[in-house]
Amino acid sequence: MHWSSGSNFQLAKKFSYSSSVITSLLLLAASFCFIAGNSLLSLLAQNANNGEKKITIYSSTANYSLPITERNGLEYVGLLELLEPVGAVNAKVSGKKWSLHFKDVKSEFTSGDTRARIQKNDVTLPANFILENGRGLVSLSSLTTLLPQMLGVPITFHDSARRLFIAGSEIHFTAAVNNTALVFNFTLPVNPMIATEPGKLRMVFNHEPLLSALNALTFADKTIHSTTFRENNGAAEIEITGSGPLFAKFSNDGRTITVIPAPQAVALTTQPGSNPPPASQTVASGAATPKAGAEVKPVFAIIDASHGGDERGAALTDQVAEKDVTLAFARHLMQELESRGLSSRLLREGDVTLTLEQRANRGNTANASVYICLHAASDGNGIRLYTALLPAPLPASGDPKKLFSDWNIAQSPFLQLSHIVETSIAAELSNRHIPSRSLMAPLGPLNNITTAALAIELGPGDAGVSDLSSHQYQQEMASYIANGVQAARAQLEAKR
Amino acid sequence: MISRALIISVVVMAAVASAMSFYVWRTRSRAEHVDVLSSRNREVAAPVAGATEQVTLYIAYDDAGVLRAEPFRIALPAGRQQRIQELLRALLKAYVGKSSPHPIDPGSSIRDVYLVEPGLAVIDVNGAFANGHRSGVLVEELTVASMVQTLSANMAGITRVKILVDGKTRDTLAGHVDLASFYDVSAVSRLAAQLQ
Repeated sequence: MHWSSGSNFQLAKKFSYSSSVITSLLLLAASFCFIAGNSLLSLLAQNANNGEKKITIYSSTANYSLPITERNGLEYVGLLELLEPVGAVNAKVSGKKWSLHFKDVKSEFTSGDTRARIQKNDVTLPANFILENGRGLVSLSSLTTLLPQMLGVPITFHDSARRLFIAGSEIHFTAAVNNTALVFNFTLPVNPMIATEPGKLRMVFNHEPLLSALNALTFADKTIHSTTFRENNGAAEIEITGSGPLFAKFSNDGRTITVIPAPQAVALTTQPGSNPPPASQTVASGAATPKAGAEVKPVFAIIDASHGGDERGAALTDQVAEKDVTLAFARHLMQELESRGLSSRLLREGDVTLTLEQRANRGNTANASVYICLHAASDGNGIRLYTALLPAPLPASGDPKKLFSDWNIAQSPFLQLSHIVETSIAAELSNRHIPSRSLMAPLGPLNNITTAALAIELGPGDAGVSDLSSHQYQQEMASYIANGVQAARAQLEAKR
Repeated sequence: MISRALIISVVVMAAVASAMSFYVWRTRSRAEHVDVLSSRNREVAAPVAGATEQVTLYIAYDDAGVLRAEPFRIALPAGRQQRIQELLRALLKAYVGKSSPHPIDPGSSIRDVYLVEPGLAVIDVNGAFANGHRSGVLVEELTVASMVQTLSANMAGITRVKILVDGKTRDTLAGHVDLASFYDVSAVSRLAAQLQ
């Protein structure tokens, strides 16, 4: 088209300016979309971190997990971080070159190159080495080439599950059904996270180098049907299926796990969110609220392994989270209490997130004689015992049987009972020459518990922080605590 | 025929869009590091000028797991609210120093203090104070007891204390000690006695 007349020229000019404005607006809109897109991607990336990809390394010195970084469609891991727990390592950057010194082995990598040098040998990696902010990243597919030469020992890499075994660091197990119980025997102590749902029980082994030659076993049993072994995202998992709810019991210092049909009487599950927080600021005293048709059988002790799921608690060491220690310790304590004839239940049996209100609700509805909340700390030593810190003056002894109590001071009428258990445990620890300390603490959910309630914080023993994850130490402390609880049994039962 | 003005507009806007995109990309990738660094480098505000007075600070000692009442001389302003603020700032200063008996995040600070009603003091601490706090029942308890007891020992008439983080209620300090509830000063005094 050709514009020649004056009016047509004006029209063309107007059209030209309008086009400019529209184009500019479109570009501005595109810019804002880009910015908004970036922000959205950041949010998505943050959310995705909760289920992030990881690689788990099992060695004789440590078992640990590292996050996976994706670059160019491939999975990468930081080489320095991977070697650090295994031995002394340091790295130096010089331009595009990255030199790594691990024990006596020197190696050199070049950013964006597949060629590397280990000692005096040239190696070719399956994918480019990446240098990012001084951090050296190697693809997971490069590990089988690099690590045997750097470590000087053979490795086994399960690439689809991202599990790396260094020099025979493995745990094996056997499984057999014996009188409607499925018994797993492990070659070393294990501490899996356990999750249950009707007809299924899953044990997830995040830190144990668990291996199995068989992927699935089926049993000719009415209650327990099969077990399956799987590996995924740096963890191993054993799933057991049955005809009804299943329950896992630990024994033999963590080397044996027995899966049995769950006692139907106690309506406790480990599914998050199954107990809503209280609707009001009151709590039914001694509140047993059985579901229609279900009989709630009281237990003597309810044991609450603090933290869990997204809430890791304190980082006791670089590798040990408080939530894992409390769960293992809770299992030992339950075993010790039951061996003394004191029926006990765990408030959480797996790695699930529970709010303080959910813990209080489950603690109260279990109708137990004592609620014991377990914590762990890397400072101090021995055991610390805590009872609720309640406003003073305390309400007159109160009537434990009255229908409603103030949620924030629901513990008040039971505080005397709590002190009885605390004193009894402290006396037992003193007899055993275990350092202990009794304190009040503003620690949830102690104030909301409608029975004798105390929190126990496990501190290191003579061997230091490593004691916290030691089965033997946990067992020993659990045994002394159980003795203390047993000694207070008569008073607890008489005053309830 | 495409007008010259249109071409120039398109080129300029394309350049602006590219520059903004590059800037956002760079800013986003650096944001985390900048946040951490800025919180680490922040210092506790200097005390106000004024006549110095002797006060009692309840200092936490991690090694023994105790609280000790110690006399300090600090400059305190006339206003009751400001006095509490300076008192708590002096306490935090004792914890962020090199030889701190109870180390807390160096970026910790008191944002504000409110006297809401007779007897209720609301302490608003910054995010670095809570986010950088060590996790554990005793270590968290020592911090809270130290603050509440210092406040009540030096300011008569305070019966309850509430601690906010960045102006908001928070469930726990660092995973253990309750920050959602109001602290009863007399109950904390009994706890402080246990901790000595």
